[in-house]
Amino acid sequence: METRAPYAHDHPAAAVRAVRDDEDSMTETADANLPLWRNGRFEADEWTRAGEGEAVSEGPALLPLVRFLAERDALAARNAPIGVVVEPGEAIEELAPHLDRVSLVVLTFPKYADGRSMSSARLLRQRYGYKGELRAAGDVLIDQMPLMRRCGFDSFEVVNGPTRAQLAAGKWPDVPFYYQPTGASQQVEIPAGTRPWARRPG
Amino acid sequence: MYRYDEFDHGFVTSRVAQFRDQVERRLSGELTEDQFKPLRLMNGVYLQLHAYMLRIAVPYGTLSSRQLRMLGHIGRTYDRGYGHFTTRQNLQFNWPALKDIPAILDDLASVEMHALQTSGNCIRNVTTDHFAGAAADEIADPRPYAEILRQWSSIHPEFSYLPRKFKIAVTGAPKDRAAIQVHDIGLELKRGPDGGIGFAVYVGGGQGRTPMIAHKVRDYLPEEDLLAYVEAIMRVYNLHGRRDNKYKARIKILVHETGAEEITRQIEAEFVEVKKTELLRLPDEEIQRITAYFAAPDLAPKPARSGAFEAAKADSAAFAAFAENNVTPHKAPGYGVVTVSLKPIGGIPGDATDVQMEVVADLADAYSQSEIRVSHEQNLVLPHVALDDVPALYAKLAEHGLATGNAGLVTDIIACPGLDYCALANARSINIAQDLSNRFGAPERQKDIGELKIKISGCINACGHHHVGHIGLLGVDRRGEEVYQITLGGSGDETASVGALVGPGFTGDQVVDAVETVVDTYLKLRQGPDETFLSAVRRLGQQPFKEALYGAA
Repeated sequence: METRAPYAHDHPAAAVRAVRDDEDSMTETADANLPLWRNGRFEADEWTRAGEGEAVSEGPALLPLVRFLAERDALAARNAPIGVVVEPGEAIEELAPHLDRVSLVVLTFPKYADGRSMSSARLLRQRYGYKGELRAAGDVLIDQMPLMRRCGFDSFEVVNGPTRAQLAAGKWPDVPFYYQPTGASQQVEIPAGTRPWARRPG
Repeated sequence: MYRYDEFDHGFVTSRVAQFRDQVERRLSGELTEDQFKPLRLMNGVYLQLHAYMLRIAVPYGTLSSRQLRMLGHIGRTYDRGYGHFTTRQNLQFNWPALKDIPAILDDLASVEMHALQTSGNCIRNVTTDHFAGAAADEIADPRPYAEILRQWSSIHPEFSYLPRKFKIAVTGAPKDRAAIQVHDIGLELKRGPDGGIGFAVYVGGGQGRTPMIAHKVRDYLPEEDLLAYVEAIMRVYNLHGRRDNKYKARIKILVHETGAEEITRQIEAEFVEVKKTELLRLPDEEIQRITAYFAAPDLAPKPARSGAFEAAKADSAAFAAFAENNVTPHKAPGYGVVTVSLKPIGGIPGDATDVQMEVVADLADAYSQSEIRVSHEQNLVLPHVALDDVPALYAKLAEHGLATGNAGLVTDIIACPGLDYCALANARSINIAQDLSNRFGAPERQKDIGELKIKISGCINACGHHHVGHIGLLGVDRRGEEVYQITLGGSGDETASVGALVGPGFTGDQVVDAVETVVDTYLKLRQGPDETFLSAVRRLGQQPFKEALYGAA
């Protein structure tokens, strides 16, 4: 499993800094070839999707949950990273026993208002101890992204134009005062000495 | 009262800044109305028939005089000189300009208020007993728990995009003035077998199109597990609540379709897992810290009987009615909890002018420890008034049209804004409330009828709580005509029940006569003045009322 940098924006101010440091390259590279917002910048997606019935190509391969569960032994023999796409209606519990074989989990948002994957993300991080990449895909809009991050997402497939423009401009519309622990993100929660129930680490 | 610390101030200020940016993006056209909608909703901004509406949170219905004065100021500066108190103990301004809303939110933040989570598919303002901390029959003050829930649920990252809105109510007294059994989650404070404090937990109540009384999922939950248990309920709901149909998306439908036993099993199983993490265990010192903010005020000892109060009762029938209906026993001898009726005869239920808000704020300073409550019945409450002071208070209230002695009586009507304001409504509500109020307004008649709750909704979304009205009126559209259906026997208290439809609806011209027929039938058939309307309907059933309204079958 590849290692990756810790959350680039552990604090919102840090997020803004991370982007501004890269501002010059950003204007050139923030295009559709770099679909992912990850590590505080737009990055390329190194994963290849393999839907039902499609051949699994060389290199990192991303499969639907049902296919992964059916073929997981054969896939394990491939010796290349495996990722799994879990749709909101699917039970994250089914993936839980196999997380040690998985380097990427993609949770989808068919509509931005469908918050089921928020729960799945927290369960993955907090209950099942998943440490790999956790990606949000689908209707990912900037105003939901800080909440997604607090639920444990650390990469975002961003299609929406205004969202891409705002990210490129260093916007991260968080309210950086968190009243509740999520046990799911590594960012600092609330200041010590106040609300012990809200700041207990996960 | 709860006071913000630096953390709370930082939170609200930061949230206002965020929303100001979103408003600017909407005004500049960067955000479409569709994209702006969920963002504005989470900040309490609705789009109504004629204008944006701003709904301001009054957490668990508790206000300081300073806060109420600010609401009066906002009404005068940014609205048309009045505001409307709602059935969720909140306040709505019906005419603010979108461009002014960030400035209004700044004003609110300056007095530790906001408009967060008063709309949208998130955990809404937690409501409670408007007599909390004052009522004589209370086991414990529910407000510290409501405050803890408010904090925990504020911009909750996992639970901000629920299938539908989510409402929690807490009562601290066995007499349920918070209607907990018609909430998504209802919490009743009680003593446990070990003498500790905890909750009976109800899930899946609600009104709207499909009214349901909640199921009790836990008879006793220790207070330290409050957040863990609520989180378990929320997660089961967030993952499994229906999202295919907005009208079947509330947790009551999930409970109904899954079955109460199975949903209880799922919640308990999830609770076991959440509890294991210890993440949400409420430490006793934190409960104590929050509870300290709600410490009972230091009231000067008084004899239980007040000569001045009794003399004023003997002196004036109007004051006697006020004393009987609007003054409720306080924990402390010689004190009362005073309801300030926002239901003047023929008036608009729940409306208060800027001046009235300021007057009540001043009176709270003079007579009630600077504290005010908003009731879900759309009245204001002064919780800590010495009986000796009630005559002077009454005189001041009377100067401003606020001394109507009708709390709990037939003219103390709940009505939604209806077709006068609301984009969802099928019929007007306010005018029917006004007509009923005028019809039954004579003091002797109201006294004779006794306790009777009329509740009016202008559409099946039931914001006027008609399902739990002793008499409920539901406005529907019948081929372009506003028609009102009558339900009987609903109740939102500890004996909660959903009212039953009595028969075909009546037009706006007929409905007041029809209600009068129902009331007269009750007066004729009751076993005596001690048998309330609700008791009589429960004893008699619908038949005599049906016959009176539609003739013998």
